Amino acid sequence: MLSCKQVTEVCSAELERPLKLGEQMSLKAHLMMCSGCTNYRRQMKTLRQVMQAYAEGKAIGEPPPTEQGDGRS
Amino acid sequence: MQGISAEALLSLRADMLRFAQIQLRNSDAAEDLVQESIEAALRKLSSFAGQSTLKTWVFAILRNRIIDHLRQASRTVTLSSLVNDDEDWQESLEALFNERGGWRDGPRPVSWPDPEQSMQTRQFWAVFETCLDHLPAATGRVFMMREFLGFESDEICSQLGITTSNCHVILHRARLKLRTCMDTGWGRPEVASC
Repeated sequence: MLSCKQVTEVCSAELERPLKLGEQMSLKAHLMMCSGCTNYRRQMKTLRQVMQAYAEGKAIGEPPPTEQGDGRS
Repeated sequence: MQGISAEALLSLRADMLRFAQIQLRNSDAAEDLVQESIEAALRKLSSFAGQSTLKTWVFAILRNRIIDHLRQASRTVTLSSLVNDDEDWQESLEALFNERGGWRDGPRPVSWPDPEQSMQTRQFWAVFETCLDHLPAATGRVFMMREFLGFESDEICSQLGITTSNCHVILHRARLKLRTCMDTGWGRPEVASC
Protein backbone atom coordinates (compact mmCIF):
# COMPACT_ATOMS: atom_id res chain seq x y z
CA MET A 1 0.00 0.00 0.00
CA LEU A 2 1.47 3.31 -1.04
CA SER A 3 1.69 6.12 1.46
CA CYS A 4 0.55 9.61 0.49
CA LYS A 5 4.17 10.65 0.34
CA GLN A 6 4.90 7.90 -2.16
CA VAL A 7 1.82 8.80 -4.15
CA THR A 8 3.13 12.32 -4.65
CA GLU A 9 6.25 10.77 -6.20
CA VAL A 10 4.17 8.63 -8.51
CA CYS A 11 2.10 11.68 -9.50
CA SER A 12 5.28 13.38 -10.60
CA ALA A 13 6.61 10.26 -12.32
CA GLU A 14 3.51 9.97 -14.42
CA LEU A 15 4.28 13.35 -15.92
CA GLU A 16 7.63 11.99 -17.07
CA ARG A 17 7.03 8.45 -18.20
CA PRO A 18 4.26 5.89 -18.61
CA LEU A 19 3.54 4.21 -15.29
CA LYS A 20 4.09 0.51 -14.94
CA LEU A 21 1.00 -1.57 -14.55
CA GLY A 22 1.67 -2.20 -10.87
CA GLU A 23 2.15 1.49 -10.24
CA GLN A 24 -1.10 2.31 -11.99
CA MET A 25 -3.00 -0.17 -9.87
CA SER A 26 -1.50 0.97 -6.59
CA LEU A 27 -2.13 4.58 -7.52
CA LYS A 28 -5.73 3.92 -8.42
CA ALA A 29 -6.34 1.96 -5.25
CA HIS A 30 -4.89 4.74 -3.14
CA LEU A 31 -6.77 7.52 -4.92
CA MET A 32 -10.09 5.80 -4.40
CA MET A 33 -9.67 6.18 -0.69
CA CYS A 34 -7.77 9.42 -0.43
CA SER A 35 -9.19 12.78 -1.36
CA GLY A 36 -5.98 14.57 -0.40
CA CYS A 37 -3.96 12.71 -3.02
CA THR A 38 -6.77 12.96 -5.55
CA ASN A 39 -6.60 16.72 -5.12
CA TYR A 40 -2.83 16.66 -5.28
CA ARG A 41 -2.87 14.82 -8.57
CA ARG A 42 -5.34 17.27 -10.05
CA GLN A 43 -3.17 20.11 -8.82
CA MET A 44 -0.17 18.65 -10.66
CA LYS A 45 -2.18 18.81 -13.85
CA THR A 46 -3.18 22.36 -13.07
CA LEU A 47 0.43 23.32 -12.56
CA ARG A 48 1.38 21.91 -15.92
CA GLN A 49 -1.51 23.72 -17.58
CA VAL A 50 -0.53 26.98 -15.93
CA MET A 51 3.07 26.52 -16.92
CA GLN A 52 2.12 25.96 -20.51
CA ALA A 53 0.09 29.14 -20.53
CA TYR A 54 3.00 30.93 -18.96
CA ALA A 55 5.44 29.57 -21.50
CA GLU A 56 3.25 30.93 -24.26
CA GLY A 57 3.46 34.36 -22.73
CA LYS A 58 -0.19 34.37 -21.69
CA ALA A 59 0.67 35.36 -18.20
CA ILE A 60 1.57 38.84 -18.49
CA GLY A 61 0.56 42.12 -19.93
CA GLU A 62 -2.90 42.04 -18.46
CA PRO A 63 -3.42 45.69 -17.82
CA PRO A 64 -3.43 45.87 -14.05
CA PRO A 65 -6.96 46.49 -12.84
CA THR A 66 -7.35 49.85 -11.25
CA GLU A 67 -6.08 49.08 -7.81
CA GLN A 68 -6.24 51.28 -4.85
CA GLY A 69 -2.57 51.84 -4.25
CA ASP A 70 -1.56 49.48 -1.52
CA GLY A 71 1.52 51.43 -0.84
CA ARG A 72 3.95 49.11 -2.57
CA SER A 73 5.34 49.52 -6.00
CA MET B 1 -1.61 42.27 -42.22
CA GLN B 2 -2.26 45.45 -40.35
CA GLY B 3 0.77 47.30 -39.17
CA ILE B 4 2.32 45.92 -36.04
CA SER B 5 4.30 48.75 -34.69
CA ALA B 6 7.73 48.59 -33.23
CA GLU B 7 6.20 50.33 -30.22
CA ALA B 8 3.84 47.44 -29.63
CA LEU B 9 6.84 45.17 -29.67
CA LEU B 10 8.83 47.29 -27.30
CA SER B 11 5.93 47.47 -24.87
CA LEU B 12 6.37 43.74 -24.33
CA ARG B 13 9.95 44.19 -23.29
CA ALA B 14 9.39 44.32 -19.54
CA ASP B 15 7.34 41.14 -19.62
CA MET B 16 9.93 39.43 -21.75
CA LEU B 17 12.69 40.42 -19.40
CA ARG B 18 10.89 39.03 -16.40
CA PHE B 19 10.17 35.83 -18.28
CA ALA B 20 13.78 35.37 -19.35
CA GLN B 21 15.11 36.35 -15.96
CA ILE B 22 13.07 33.74 -14.13
CA GLN B 23 14.35 31.02 -16.41
CA LEU B 24 17.95 32.08 -16.63
CA ARG B 25 18.44 33.61 -13.21
CA ASN B 26 21.02 35.83 -14.73
CA SER B 27 20.06 39.36 -15.66
CA ASP B 28 22.86 39.99 -18.14
CA ALA B 29 22.01 36.92 -20.14
CA ALA B 30 18.31 37.78 -19.92
CA GLU B 31 18.93 41.31 -21.23
CA ASP B 32 20.97 39.98 -24.11
CA LEU B 33 18.46 37.40 -25.17
CA VAL B 34 15.53 39.79 -24.93
CA GLN B 35 17.42 42.33 -26.99
CA GLU B 36 18.28 39.76 -29.63
CA SER B 37 14.72 38.52 -29.72
CA ILE B 38 13.30 41.98 -30.20
CA GLU B 39 15.73 42.64 -33.00
CA ALA B 40 14.91 39.33 -34.61
CA ALA B 41 11.21 40.08 -34.29
CA LEU B 42 11.64 43.48 -35.88
CA ARG B 43 13.48 41.95 -38.79
CA LYS B 44 10.83 39.30 -39.25
CA LEU B 45 7.86 41.52 -38.57
CA SER B 46 6.64 41.09 -42.12
CA SER B 47 6.42 37.35 -41.61
CA PHE B 48 4.17 37.73 -38.59
CA ALA B 49 0.99 36.46 -40.15
CA GLY B 50 -1.31 37.45 -37.37
CA GLN B 51 -2.69 33.96 -36.70
CA SER B 52 -1.40 34.28 -33.19
CA THR B 53 -1.23 37.33 -31.03
CA LEU B 54 1.87 39.42 -31.30
CA LYS B 55 2.81 38.48 -27.77
CA THR B 56 2.56 34.75 -28.38
CA TRP B 57 4.67 35.13 -31.48
CA VAL B 58 7.37 37.18 -29.81
CA PHE B 59 7.47 34.91 -26.79
CA ALA B 60 7.97 31.95 -29.07
CA ILE B 61 11.01 33.68 -30.53
CA LEU B 62 12.31 34.43 -27.07
CA ARG B 63 11.65 30.93 -25.86
CA ASN B 64 13.67 29.45 -28.72
CA ARG B 65 16.56 31.69 -27.88
CA ILE B 66 16.42 30.68 -24.25
CA ILE B 67 16.39 27.03 -25.27
CA ASP B 68 19.48 27.48 -27.43
CA HIS B 69 21.18 29.36 -24.67
CA LEU B 70 20.44 26.68 -22.10
CA ARG B 71 21.56 23.93 -24.45
CA GLN B 72 24.91 25.61 -24.69
CA ALA B 73 25.12 26.61 -21.08
CA SER B 74 23.72 23.55 -19.37
CA ARG B 75 27.17 22.44 -18.32
CA THR B 76 27.31 25.42 -16.06
CA VAL B 77 24.86 23.84 -13.63
CA THR B 78 27.24 21.87 -11.52
CA LEU B 79 26.32 18.54 -10.10
CA SER B 80 27.13 19.59 -6.60
CA SER B 81 24.74 22.48 -6.85
CA LEU B 82 22.00 20.06 -7.82
CA VAL B 83 22.73 17.72 -4.99
CA ASN B 84 23.03 20.37 -2.33
CA ASP B 85 20.45 22.62 -3.81
CA ASP B 86 17.63 21.79 -1.55
CA GLU B 87 18.86 21.69 1.98
CA ASP B 88 15.49 22.12 3.57
CA TRP B 89 13.90 19.31 1.60
CA GLN B 90 13.58 17.00 4.58
CA GLU B 91 11.96 19.76 6.56
CA SER B 92 9.49 20.43 3.77
CA LEU B 93 8.54 16.79 3.76
CA GLU B 94 8.15 16.61 7.48
CA ALA B 95 5.89 19.61 7.42
CA LEU B 96 3.60 17.90 4.94
CA PHE B 97 3.63 14.25 5.98
CA ASN B 98 3.49 12.37 9.27
CA GLU B 99 5.87 9.52 10.16
CA ARG B 100 3.80 7.02 8.22
CA GLY B 101 3.87 9.19 5.12
CA GLY B 102 0.26 10.33 5.37
CA TRP B 103 -0.81 13.94 4.84
CA ARG B 104 -0.86 16.04 7.95
CA ASP B 105 -4.24 17.68 8.49
CA GLY B 106 -3.30 21.26 7.67
CA PRO B 107 -1.45 20.68 4.41
CA ARG B 108 -3.71 17.91 3.10
CA PRO B 109 -4.59 19.11 -0.41
CA VAL B 110 -8.04 20.55 -1.00
CA SER B 111 -9.53 21.54 -4.36
CA TRP B 112 -8.12 24.64 -5.93
CA PRO B 113 -10.22 27.33 -7.56
CA ASP B 114 -10.77 27.19 -11.31
CA PRO B 115 -7.38 27.99 -12.84
CA GLU B 116 -8.89 29.27 -16.09
CA GLN B 117 -10.54 32.05 -14.21
CA SER B 118 -7.58 32.83 -12.00
CA MET B 119 -5.26 32.99 -14.98
CA GLN B 120 -7.14 36.09 -16.10
CA THR B 121 -5.93 38.00 -13.10
CA ARG B 122 -2.62 39.68 -12.66
CA GLN B 123 -2.58 38.77 -8.99
CA PHE B 124 -2.49 35.09 -9.87
CA TRP B 125 0.52 35.49 -12.11
CA ALA B 126 2.32 37.57 -9.54
CA VAL B 127 1.97 34.73 -7.04
CA PHE B 128 3.03 32.22 -9.65
CA GLU B 129 6.17 34.10 -10.59
CA THR B 130 7.08 34.60 -6.97
CA CYS B 131 6.71 30.89 -6.34
CA LEU B 132 8.88 30.02 -9.33
CA ASP B 133 11.46 32.42 -8.15
CA HIS B 134 11.54 30.75 -4.76
CA LEU B 135 12.52 27.37 -6.09
CA PRO B 136 16.11 26.55 -5.23
CA ALA B 137 18.24 27.78 -8.14
CA ALA B 138 19.49 24.61 -9.78
CA THR B 139 16.24 22.78 -9.12
CA GLY B 140 14.38 25.68 -10.65
CA ARG B 141 16.60 25.54 -13.71
CA VAL B 142 15.89 21.86 -14.32
CA PHE B 143 12.21 22.44 -13.78
CA MET B 144 12.09 25.33 -16.24
CA MET B 145 13.91 23.32 -18.86
CA ARG B 146 11.32 20.62 -18.48
CA GLU B 147 8.10 22.53 -18.12
CA PHE B 148 8.55 25.83 -19.85
CA LEU B 149 10.99 25.03 -22.53
CA GLY B 150 9.69 21.56 -23.22
CA PHE B 151 12.89 19.57 -22.98
CA GLU B 152 12.26 15.88 -22.43
CA SER B 153 13.54 14.81 -19.05
CA ASP B 154 15.94 12.35 -20.73
CA GLU B 155 17.58 15.17 -22.58
CA ILE B 156 17.93 17.22 -19.43
CA CYS B 157 19.50 14.34 -17.56
CA SER B 158 21.99 13.53 -20.25
CA GLN B 159 22.94 17.18 -20.64
CA LEU B 160 23.48 17.54 -16.95
CA GLY B 161 25.13 14.17 -16.67
CA ILE B 162 22.77 12.88 -14.00
CA THR B 163 20.75 9.70 -13.90
CA THR B 164 17.15 9.59 -14.95
CA SER B 165 16.02 8.77 -11.46
CA ASN B 166 17.95 11.72 -10.05
CA CYS B 167 16.37 13.91 -12.61
CA HIS B 168 12.90 12.71 -11.67
CA VAL B 169 13.64 13.30 -8.03
CA ILE B 170 14.61 16.87 -8.77
CA LEU B 171 11.46 17.44 -10.79
CA HIS B 172 9.34 15.92 -8.05
CA ARG B 173 10.87 18.26 -5.48
CA ALA B 174 10.26 21.23 -7.71
CA ARG B 175 6.62 20.31 -8.22
CA LEU B 176 5.97 19.64 -4.58
CA LYS B 177 7.49 22.96 -3.59
CA LEU B 178 5.75 24.90 -6.27
CA ARG B 179 2.47 23.34 -5.28
CA THR B 180 2.93 24.18 -1.64
CA CYS B 181 3.74 27.76 -2.49
CA MET B 182 0.79 28.12 -4.88
CA ASP B 183 -1.47 26.53 -2.32
CA THR B 184 -0.57 29.13 0.23
CA GLY B 185 -0.53 32.10 -2.08
CA TRP B 186 -3.52 31.31 -4.22
CA GLY B 187 -5.17 27.91 -3.66
CA ARG B 188 -6.52 28.68 -0.22
CA PRO B 189 -5.22 31.93 1.10
CA GLU B 190 -7.74 31.88 3.95
CA VAL B 191 -6.48 28.58 5.32
CA ALA B 192 -4.53 30.22 8.09
CA SER B 193 -7.74 30.91 9.95
CA CYS B 194 -8.88 27.26 10.03
